[in-house]
Amino acid sequence: MLAFTLRRAIQAVGVMIAVGIISFSMFRFAGDPVNQMVGMDTSGAERAAIRKSLGLDDPVIVQFGRYVGNAAQFKFGVSYQFRLPVTNLLMERMPATLELAICATIFAMVTGILMGVYSALRRDSWLSHIFQAVSLVGISLPTFLIGILMIYLFSVTLGWLPSFGRGDVVHIGWWTTGLLTLSGLKALIMPSITLGLFQMTLIMRLVRAEMLEVMRTDYIRFARARGLTTRAIHFGHALRNTMVPVITVAGLQFGSVIAFAIITETVFQWPGMGLLFVQAVQNVDIPIMAAYLMMVSLIFVTINLMVDILYTIVDPRLRSTVSRAH
Amino acid sequence: MTEPVLSVRNLQVEFASRRGTLRAIDGVSFDIAKGEVLGVVGESGAGKSVTGLSVIGLIDPPGRISGGEIRLSGLRIDNLPPEELRRVRGKRIGMIFQDPLTSLNPLYRVGDQIIETIRTHLNMSETAARRRAIDLLAEVGIPAPDKRIDGYPHEFSGGMRQRVVIALAICAEPELIVADEPTTALDVSVQAQIISLIKRLGRDHGTAVMLVTHDMGVIAETSDRVAVMYAGRVAEIGPVQDVVKNPLHPYAKGLMGAIPTLAGEDKRLVQIPGSMPRLSAIPRGCSFNPRCASAFDRCRIDRPEPLPRGTQSVACHLYDSVPAESAA
Repeated sequence: MLAFTLRRAIQAVGVMIAVGIISFSMFRFAGDPVNQMVGMDTSGAERAAIRKSLGLDDPVIVQFGRYVGNAAQFKFGVSYQFRLPVTNLLMERMPATLELAICATIFAMVTGILMGVYSALRRDSWLSHIFQAVSLVGISLPTFLIGILMIYLFSVTLGWLPSFGRGDVVHIGWWTTGLLTLSGLKALIMPSITLGLFQMTLIMRLVRAEMLEVMRTDYIRFARARGLTTRAIHFGHALRNTMVPVITVAGLQFGSVIAFAIITETVFQWPGMGLLFVQAVQNVDIPIMAAYLMMVSLIFVTINLMVDILYTIVDPRLRSTVSRAH
Repeated sequence: MTEPVLSVRNLQVEFASRRGTLRAIDGVSFDIAKGEVLGVVGESGAGKSVTGLSVIGLIDPPGRISGGEIRLSGLRIDNLPPEELRRVRGKRIGMIFQDPLTSLNPLYRVGDQIIETIRTHLNMSETAARRRAIDLLAEVGIPAPDKRIDGYPHEFSGGMRQRVVIALAICAEPELIVADEPTTALDVSVQAQIISLIKRLGRDHGTAVMLVTHDMGVIAETSDRVAVMYAGRVAEIGPVQDVVKNPLHPYAKGLMGAIPTLAGEDKRLVQIPGSMPRLSAIPRGCSFNPRCASAFDRCRIDRPEPLPRGTQSVACHLYDSVPAESAA
């Protein structure tokens, strides 16, 4: 078990080094950063001086080594547009994005699992058909369109929810949270639903398909032959067996929730990392783009690792094969 | 005579399909007395398993019991509401399925599955149920049951898992065990152990057993009586030694002729020509008539009803009013 975790952790480090190379090479290939920083009338000597002070004259390997060394300490240089350390900018924005992503995932998991279980167990009821229709909408309509439609309905027409921003936030150390104020919570509703809708439909369809599959298995038939209550069969035996694929998908999707947050944050002017990234792209602010890439990859890799470990908790068969194989 | 544990009368089971209703079971009747083992034998698709599933009330839509009645110690159970039927399942009727590898939920310890079943049916504390589960595992022949109770199904071999399944089937002291091909998925060496285990448990607890199988050898070894099924009907039923030694129905004769003997007689095994009709194309009259060497006109028109003949009962026109000599 420990060896398994360690092996996965080493693989994760490998992935991070590969991402580091990609994000580092952005500096080399996405134009000359000095040109981005200076005006038209800067002299050649001044340009050379800036180049030297930024260490851009050193060999590539040295620059890469320095980059990785700094990245490992969460130092990603200074933003070209804001003239502030990128780390500070990201840290300032991260709570907003993580809060949004977590709320969206919780929304997606809870409603997705409930709807999936319901539509598997009551396959022919009218509510199941409605769920199926809703899931089709969730899968086929693009996120930004749903966001805009919701803004139109709930903010412009009904005036119930704010159309942009996080509302009032509370500072807890360096973390800022919108969960503790009413306006913060209200501001979370629409972006969370917009961001989580796709995941919700995915989870719902997955749970439904898995549940139908599991209900056909021999051990469910045997559980019925043992006279267990319907409740114990559905929720004790069937649901737990559908959880392994659901955990995988939900875990992996959490990474793409953070990635998709770029669009949702743009629609709702949500002050998170995604919005920062979009602004950075518009201004060719490479340090921010590179750091964002590294941060999102780190989150992805960490979640993957956690999902692998979670499996073994849900499924005892993996536990023993894992310890036998290593 | 005391009341039989299980009494099935004129059972009919139908499956609704796109091309009309198919009748899988058509007028099956039999009794099983306390402590008796009834073997139910027949080819694939003869309706053996469907009969077993009807008894325990697990026929799923589109199938349904469309006629007849099933009584368990006098109580009619085929028309019970689902919740009451659930209380009968597992408590008064235990079921053993064919494949022990897939019968147990892979995510739960075997002990938890046994304890869960015990506590569903008997009013017992967790610790008492656990003690009982250990006793049950010991009774079905699992070594070191106090340790194995915390094992997961994948840590057991096929034969051991079938023992766990049997422990689950008997955990609430049922009056009847329905065993659907309990040995088919097992190694031959393990089959004999499981068979003698089922036989011993039936004897020790006075449990009636309905043993569904296509293996005549298993039937001959375990059963007191045997019912030969063909195309959803009982062709012949009677004490096992009589049916094996002196089968009456031409189909039963064919089946018995297909059993290899160890005597080493250098004879070809008898083969019944043709195959069983599909449910959608059951012939008029006796459903066996197209394959029957002794079929005559009446067999193609009238459906034979079961007739008592000595200790046996046979559904064949050869034995109806026609003297037995001319039939031979």
